[in-house]
Amino acid sequence: MPSWKDNVDVIVHEGKISVPYSWTVGSTLSRFYCELRDNGKIWGNRCPSCGKVFVPPKIKCIDCYEDLHDWIALPGTGTVETYTVVRYEEPVLHPRKAPFVYAVIKMDGADTGLVHIIGGVDPEQVRVGMRVEAVFEAKREGNILDIKHFRPMK
Amino acid sequence: MGKRVGIIGVGQTHHAAKRLDVSGVELIAEAVTRALDDAQLTMGDIDAIVIGNMDHFENINYVDMWATDGLGSCMKPVFKVTTGGTTGTTVGACGYYHVASGLFDVVLAVGWEKNSESDTQAAIATCANPTLERDPFAGAIGPLATEYSMYMKAYGATESDSAMVAARDRNNALNNPYAHSRQAVTVEDVLNSPMLSYPVKFLDMCPRSDGSCAVIFATEEKAKKLCPKPAWVHCSVVRHDYTHFGDLEWKFMPTLERASAAAYKLAGITNPLKEFDVAELYIPCSTCGVKWMDSLWFCEHGGAPKLIRKGTFDMDGQLPINPSGGVISTNPIGATALIRVGEAAWQIMGKAGARQVPNVKKALCTGFGGCSWTDLMILGADLP
Amino acid sequence: MEKVAIIGVGFTKYDRNSPLTFAEMVFEATSKAIADAGISKDDVDNVVSASSDFWDGRTISSMAISDASNAFGKDITTVEGDGTFAALYGMMRILSGSFGVTVVCAHHKGTESSMNGITNCAFDPLVERRLGIDAVSSAALQARRYMNKYGLSEEQFALVSVKNHGNAMRNPLSLLPMEITVDDVMNSRKIADPLKLLDCSPVTDGACTLVLAAERFAKKMTTNKKRVWLKGVGHCADAFRLGDRDLADTRALKRAAKRAYAMAGIDDPRKEIDFAEVYDAFSYMEPLWLEGLGICDDGKGCEYLERGYFDYGGKLPVNASGGRLSANPVQSAGLYAMAEATLQLRGKAGKHQVRNAETALVHGINGMCGQSHCVWILGK
Repeated sequence: MPSWKDNVDVIVHEGKISVPYSWTVGSTLSRFYCELRDNGKIWGNRCPSCGKVFVPPKIKCIDCYEDLHDWIALPGTGTVETYTVVRYEEPVLHPRKAPFVYAVIKMDGADTGLVHIIGGVDPEQVRVGMRVEAVFEAKREGNILDIKHFRPMK
Repeated sequence: MGKRVGIIGVGQTHHAAKRLDVSGVELIAEAVTRALDDAQLTMGDIDAIVIGNMDHFENINYVDMWATDGLGSCMKPVFKVTTGGTTGTTVGACGYYHVASGLFDVVLAVGWEKNSESDTQAAIATCANPTLERDPFAGAIGPLATEYSMYMKAYGATESDSAMVAARDRNNALNNPYAHSRQAVTVEDVLNSPMLSYPVKFLDMCPRSDGSCAVIFATEEKAKKLCPKPAWVHCSVVRHDYTHFGDLEWKFMPTLERASAAAYKLAGITNPLKEFDVAELYIPCSTCGVKWMDSLWFCEHGGAPKLIRKGTFDMDGQLPINPSGGVISTNPIGATALIRVGEAAWQIMGKAGARQVPNVKKALCTGFGGCSWTDLMILGADLP
Repeated sequence: MEKVAIIGVGFTKYDRNSPLTFAEMVFEATSKAIADAGISKDDVDNVVSASSDFWDGRTISSMAISDASNAFGKDITTVEGDGTFAALYGMMRILSGSFGVTVVCAHHKGTESSMNGITNCAFDPLVERRLGIDAVSSAALQARRYMNKYGLSEEQFALVSVKNHGNAMRNPLSLLPMEITVDDVMNSRKIADPLKLLDCSPVTDGACTLVLAAERFAKKMTTNKKRVWLKGVGHCADAFRLGDRDLADTRALKRAAKRAYAMAGIDDPRKEIDFAEVYDAFSYMEPLWLEGLGICDDGKGCEYLERGYFDYGGKLPVNASGGRLSANPVQSAGLYAMAEATLQLRGKAGKHQVRNAETALVHGINGMCGQSHCVWILGK
């Protein structure tokens, strides 16, 4: 049976929630970003109880829930634990044009990995186990993109 | 049947307009650490965790996942509940049901908000239907102002009645080291403060705060072992209203009437004004502190102004309301209603410091939010 | 402990650009579930919804579904996450003794929102979010780590897509029934290596509702054939930052599964589970999670897959419905999986009915790369 619904001109409202946000970075990550910005250094912190070193640094150990106070300067080098070549465009989200590479980099001197971009290399050449080093932006603002990307070590 | 449940620990941050020294995760960790300290537990004693806030205030999707470091939830059961302004009591109720179900023994419930990180009214405005009400809807103050205008006309309540509520809560906050806004205020100060939306003035209205609250629930067996004086949960009741603002009943507060009637029945309360020793109520605006007293069955419709003028709800009155200073003094939205539960629990445990009401046996706490919704919990010094 | 049963299920057809609002979808699913249970809406005493302010594009999005979910005048609450977690809360509320009959509803209108933008917001705004990472690109990192840890291939992952889209051919509800080959998957558009288009689930609209009841109500209200018991459940979360985890390690899932099995009295899941609905938003996830669930040893999921063990006619059919790869309404995906398992256990799954369905496993996820898991055991 035909329904009145068959003849409705269905309308779609376009919306875009736009609320301004200003996220407080907090003492722990602020110190991390100040070191990045001012000295071009990557710092981690260590759990006094289990000895695990975290980068980015944390307030609490994920295993022991202990406060973390010991700060450690890391050499800024590491090993690619996993990666992906991103093939799709998201102009608003992505800091660069596809194809480009995300990786989890197991940082030397730390027990955790850092998620970042691999650059300075043909994306097709990136491999798991590749040794990489941080490349810093010349003009740094105190955020994760002060590390421009990681590139293969010579 | 389910297990009996007690609150054995409460922690909260020192609430403020802006906590620039901590990130959201660090703010959460502060409340969690204090709750563990209050209960003299470590994270290893916690069996499960529940968290809540409002997404669009900080723009974090999957908060239960993001907050892991602060919550201590790595390798633990955790999920998120959220219902707008009532989120805090929703989190508290969820912690209660976790334990009452028999599935978990000791459960941590956390509410938090960093309202300084966004435009609160802009984020709230998106609660209205996007194709029907979002464009004309005006945030939280307008509807509260409207309902009090009706109440004043119907029952002869005045602007000074609500100003008395504002002055009461604001002065109570002087006794609470955790309160965000702590200033001595007279009824005249309230009446002379800038008009926001008639009849609501600046000092009638709650602020927006950064803050977090954590409450630990435990089974009867564990609570008796771990805590000298647990605050027992007697019941938890929620009532919601229609979806569209245009459908709401403004002349009284229907969800509060229905929720409190159901809760009193469950808890065996016949004369709430007499039987409760203290109440921590989600009163976002002083006008609600007048009108909604009717809906809590403290008096007949229209009877509230008389009780307020008599000082019934003052610290030395028959039923002290909001010894903590209430929502008018502190409002980190996702934590606000859980602070009511935590403060009421502390009153029963005798841990409320300078704001302690003597010999509290039964306490009432409420949450308000959403579409004129009510979440309500009754706590007691004796087992239910 | 008192037992809890699923006594009614209802859902909308999976859709793209559904002409219904999400509240209308919830109304349809809930009305069907209440009718399926053969009860009146007044028999329901409380409601748990799975609503997300992000996916719904509105603050306090559960405001929009309170009347549609039959919650007016009742006790209602909202879990923000996958429907399996909402069902867990529904069960807790019944076990507490406070409630008898619970509506659990979940909805998702993926076609109204931006998948990448919304899942990017699941990352820390102070760190990873600025990198532009989202659900797809982070899943690709996990897929690669899994391949590298155990020497697996993209072709093996492609088999999941072939199997599940093939299963969808028997399920009239499904959005993407397809007869495809490993080559078709391998040659589909590259999204984020090693993931290609056919390794990824489609953006989907859909609402699903379950009616849960305490034993005393379930036995009074429904027949033996209709009700399905919630026998065990467990949930657990891993660390938040991707770099804090070994992405190919399933320790949180293992802990969740252990809890669910213990509650259900299952000693050997390999022998005692007859079929499973496992979270497969990306092809590689199915074997990875089956390992975490203890259905096979770590690193062996793909071997089992190649042997046809998880096929529709195999020893332990996995995602006989077509899985999330064939339709993935994110927030409601887990509830659909529980509804699917209910129909299977009733013997009413139609053309995709599996044999000897006595005990089912259903698995849902919250967060990125399976940070948090909810495992259910359902049985007759």
